[in-house]
Amino acid sequence: MACESWKAKLGAYVDGELSEAEMRSFDEHLRGCSSCSSDVLARVQMKRAIQAAGKRYTPSADFRRRIEQKIATKPRRSFSLQWAAVVAALALLVAGAVTSGYLRMRSERNHLFSEVADLHVATMASSSPVDVVSTDRHTVKPWFQGRIPFAFNLPEVQNTEFTLIGGRVAYLDQTPGAELIYDLRKHHISVFIFPEAALRGNLPSQPMLPAGQTFSMETWSQSGLRYFVIGDANATDIAALAKLLQGQ
Amino acid sequence: MGDNCGGCDLFRSNKFVFVRGNKNDFGWFTLVGMSGVVPQSASFEELAMPLFDQLYNFACWLTHDRDEAEDLVQETYVKAWKGFSSFQAGTNFRAWIYRILRNTFLTSRAGLKAATVPLDEDDSSHVVVESETPESIFLSRSSAQELQSAIDELPVAFREVLLLCEVEEMSYQEIAETVGIPIGTVMSRLSRARKMLRDRLATQRGTSHGV
Repeated sequence: MACESWKAKLGAYVDGELSEAEMRSFDEHLRGCSSCSSDVLARVQMKRAIQAAGKRYTPSADFRRRIEQKIATKPRRSFSLQWAAVVAALALLVAGAVTSGYLRMRSERNHLFSEVADLHVATMASSSPVDVVSTDRHTVKPWFQGRIPFAFNLPEVQNTEFTLIGGRVAYLDQTPGAELIYDLRKHHISVFIFPEAALRGNLPSQPMLPAGQTFSMETWSQSGLRYFVIGDANATDIAALAKLLQGQ
Repeated sequence: MGDNCGGCDLFRSNKFVFVRGNKNDFGWFTLVGMSGVVPQSASFEELAMPLFDQLYNFACWLTHDRDEAEDLVQETYVKAWKGFSSFQAGTNFRAWIYRILRNTFLTSRAGLKAATVPLDEDDSSHVVVESETPESIFLSRSSAQELQSAIDELPVAFREVLLLCEVEEMSYQEIAETVGIPIGTVMSRLSRARKMLRDRLATQRGTSHGV
């Protein structure tokens, strides 16, 4: 190859921009061409000199800090990810609020159920479990008149296994209500009736008694009244009494 | 971003990629060592701050003024940060941010003035074939100060290409990406820049010897 064609590639050679094969054949040429090799030497020296002279300005530490702060205060990620993060954070917040609200509601309900259970236990432990002793619903029901702020109906239990023992006034959430005590094969079952509006929150139809409670319980709402049926009888019997009461 | 933005064409072309639904829209990238593409997760800060000194140096060479250089670097970082989500993973971050810097400079008042120097050639067929002369060896030993003032006098189109090659040690391909010209043009500008530099240094030497 003529020297002139090599001369045209001197710059690319010194910059390391020739292909591997071209670099090798250029090396070969330089061994035999003093003109080209001295030019290469001059160019390499020039390159180094420019490189050294070119690194001329250094930014102040203060300016570097300013830029670092400028980009550090801003989020690093792209907008869509930011939005995803925001949405995720909101979702967490909402989920947290819903969960804590739910837990609070659930604990209030549990609290209510255990209060009902406590009322039942207190009645059983009492030396005078009933204030009106009568197996006659027509005696018990009128007894509550003037003692509680609502009226209710009682079922006829004469042809069933249940026997009405009597009644008393009970308080739940500072609200007076009726407590009726039934007997079933020596098991005592309490029926509580409270005005629904006076009780906290909406109660589920499936009562959740606190762990460790051995009572069976049924609860439902009817004509604005909340009924609780609780006792140590088995769940089927509790359900049977609940059915009788609902039949009204 | 307003119309006075130096990186507009860049952002616009990258916006297109962005609108098409790009893969790298998560702020994490597989990218970029000093001269190559290295798989690595990196944030904007991690990619941009190591280039800070070099960008500032380059900005000073373009503006010839330290205050203007600071403004230019700051604007570059802000623009690059804003456009980072449209930066394409797997491409060269260094070329990208240098491109923002030089585009910002060229659309500034000082840059517009500097860029009015006409370019009579712009393709590889004009690569200057320089003959080896004894003085070229001599000139390569010029003092740093002489060299610096000679580089300062180069028209900005030649100055930037020369500095990107010699100081930033960019490949022709990177320079082509940064400046937005074909590789052939990079080669011809580089060749002419070196020729001009040699001529200027020869003149300086000549006059200093004459005195």
